[in-house]
Amino acid sequence: MALTLPFAEATSVGSPALNIAIFASFVVITLVIVIRVSAGKKTAEQYYTAAGAFTGRQNGVAIAGDYLSAASFLGIAGAIALQGYDGFLYSIGFLVAWLVALLLVAELMRNTGRFTMADVLSYRLKQRPVRIATAISVLTVSFFYLLAQMAGAGGLVSLLLGIEGEMAQNLIIALVGGIMITYVLIGGMKGTTWVQIIKALLLIAGTAVITLMVLGKFSFSFSELFQSAADNSPAGDKLFEPGLKYGKNLTTKIDFISLSMALVLGTAGLPHVLQRFYTVPTSKQARKSVEWAIWLIGGFYLLTLVVGYGAAALVGPKAILAAPGKANSAAPLLAYELGGSILLGVISGIAFATILAVVAGLTITTSATFAHDLYKEVFKRGQTTQDQEVKVARTASVVIGCIAILGGILAKNQNIAFLVALAFAVAASANLPTILYSLFWKGFNTRGALWSIYGGLTSSIVLIIFSPVVSGKPPLVEGGPSQSMITSTAIDFHLFPLDNPGLISIPLAFFLGWLGSVTSKEHNAQKYAEMEVRSLTGHGVAEPVNH
Amino acid sequence: MSNDALEQTEDSYLALQSTSEFQALRKKFRGFVFPMTAFFLAWYFFYVLMSIFAPDFMGQQVGKPGITVGLLFGLGQFVTTFAITIIYARWANSQLDPLAEAAGAQLDAINAANAAGAKEN
Repeated sequence: MALTLPFAEATSVGSPALNIAIFASFVVITLVIVIRVSAGKKTAEQYYTAAGAFTGRQNGVAIAGDYLSAASFLGIAGAIALQGYDGFLYSIGFLVAWLVALLLVAELMRNTGRFTMADVLSYRLKQRPVRIATAISVLTVSFFYLLAQMAGAGGLVSLLLGIEGEMAQNLIIALVGGIMITYVLIGGMKGTTWVQIIKALLLIAGTAVITLMVLGKFSFSFSELFQSAADNSPAGDKLFEPGLKYGKNLTTKIDFISLSMALVLGTAGLPHVLQRFYTVPTSKQARKSVEWAIWLIGGFYLLTLVVGYGAAALVGPKAILAAPGKANSAAPLLAYELGGSILLGVISGIAFATILAVVAGLTITTSATFAHDLYKEVFKRGQTTQDQEVKVARTASVVIGCIAILGGILAKNQNIAFLVALAFAVAASANLPTILYSLFWKGFNTRGALWSIYGGLTSSIVLIIFSPVVSGKPPLVEGGPSQSMITSTAIDFHLFPLDNPGLISIPLAFFLGWLGSVTSKEHNAQKYAEMEVRSLTGHGVAEPVNH
Repeated sequence: MSNDALEQTEDSYLALQSTSEFQALRKKFRGFVFPMTAFFLAWYFFYVLMSIFAPDFMGQQVGKPGITVGLLFGLGQFVTTFAITIIYARWANSQLDPLAEAAGAQLDAINAANAAGAKEN
C-alpha cells in the first residue's frame, strides 16, 4: 500500500493515544447511558421503534445523527476543500431531499405503519408478495449503506488512530462492529436513538467550534477566507465556479444530473430514515422531527462550507491529497491545524461515534425487516409470539453485525465510496415510487408495486455493474491502477456511461409502477379507504401507544 | 373485536371517505403539498442544470471574491428549504390539524352510531 508512507507522516502530527482515549470515553459514556435508559426485556415494538416514545425534537436530533454519516461529515468538507463549488452543490441535494420527506412521506408513513417500511407498502396490497419484495429492497439498500460505512471505518482508523498493518485494522473494524452490536442488543431502538442524539450534538458542536476558529483566523470576513482558499488552490478563482468536478465533459455533466435525482429522491426512500418516523407517537411529532432535522442538517451543511474552504486555505489541497484518505482527511487535518492534537482527537472521536451510530441504526432497521416482515409475516404467516419475534430480531442483529464486520474487512482497501450514492439510487428507484404511489394513487395495486420494486432494484443494480464505477475507468496516472472498483485496467466490461443509474432507473421504476397497475384489475376499495382515512387523520395510531 | 364489529369499522372508513368534509381535508392537503413539491423540485433542478450547463453565468463574481451567482443561488436553496419548512409547519399546525382532528372525531361518531345500530338489531 503506497498510502502508508505519507500517512505515517500525517498522523505523527496527532496523538493516537489521545484519539483512542477520547473515542474510548465516548464508548464508555454512551454505553452507560444505553444501559440506563433501556435495560430489560423488550416487546417487538420497543425493540424496533422504542414504542414511539421519543418527542419530535429528540427524534429530529437523532435523524440528523443518523443522516450525517462519515460521508457527509468528512466527505463533503473534503469535496468543498478540493472542488469548491461542486462540493457545495453536492451537499445541497442532501438537504433539499428532506422536503420530500417533510411534505409527502413522514406524516403519512407515521399514520399508516407501525414497525417497518413494508407495513405501509403492503397495507392495501397483497401482503406476502409485497412484503417479500420490500424486504429484499430494504436489505439491499441497507447492505450497501452498511458496507460503505464499515469500509470507511477501516480507512478512518489508519488515518486517525495511527494504527498500521492489516491485522490491527481488521481488529479495529471488528471492535467497532462488536461495540455496535452491544448497543443494539442492549438498547434496541431506544438505546440506538440516544447514541445518535449524543453523536449528533457532538458532531454539530465540534463543527461549530471549527467554523468559529476558521472565521476567527480571517477576522470573521468571508471574503478574506474565500480569497485565501483560492490563493492556496491550484484552481484559483475557478474554485468558486461550477465545473471542477462535474464539468469535464457531457458525460460527467449528465452523470451529475443522475446523481442529483438519486440524492433528492433517495432520502425519503432510505429504510433507516423511514424507520425513525415510527419512534415518535403521532404524525404531528413526525412533522416536528423533520422540521428539526432540516434545521440541523441545513445548519450543518452551511458550517461545512466554512470548514471546507477553511481546509483549502489553512491546510491546502496539496497536504490534503498527500494524506491517507485524501479528501476525507480535510476536516481532521484542519482540526489539527487549528487546535492541535486535542481538537484532532475530539474530531477523530466524533468520526468514530458517527460510524457507530449510523451502523447501529442500519442494523436495527435491517433486523426489523428480517424479523417482522420475513420471519413473522411471510415465514410464520403472522402466527408467532412477541418473544419469538424479538428473539429472531436480536439474532438477526448479531448476524447482520457480523456480516458488516466481515464486509468491512474485505472491502477496507476497496474504492467503495460510490456505495453510498448507489444506496440512494436504489432507494429512489426501488422504494420511493411504491411509497408515493401507495400513499397517493388510488389505482395502485400489487402488480404495480412488484414491477416497480423489482424493476427499480434490478435496473439500478445491473446498470451499476456495467458502469464505470465497477470497471473501465481510465487510471489517474498513465500506467497506474484504474479508478474503478476493479483496479486492473485489463478488465473493462462497462457498457453504461454514467456512474449513477438514477437517471434511467428512477423514471423506469415510476413507469413500471404505473404500467403494472393499469394492466391489473385488482383494487381493494375498502382497504384504500382505510389507508387514506388513517393516513390523513392519524386515526388508530395513538391508541396502541397509550397502552 | 368480533367479525361484525370489524366489518363495521371498515365500512365506517368507506363512509367517512365519501363525506364532503373528508374530501375537503384531502383536497386541502394535496392542494398544498403537490404545488409546493413541484416548486422546490423545479427550483432545485433549475439550480443543478444552471450549474452544469451555464457555468459561466453561475461563476460570475458578484461583489467580493468568492461570492458568485452560483453561490448565492446555492444559499438560496437553503433559504427556500428553511422557508418551506416554516411555512408548511405553520400551515399544517393551524389549518390542517383541526380538519384532520374533526375528521377523526367524525369517524368515531360513525363507529359509535354503527355500534348503537348493531345493538338495536
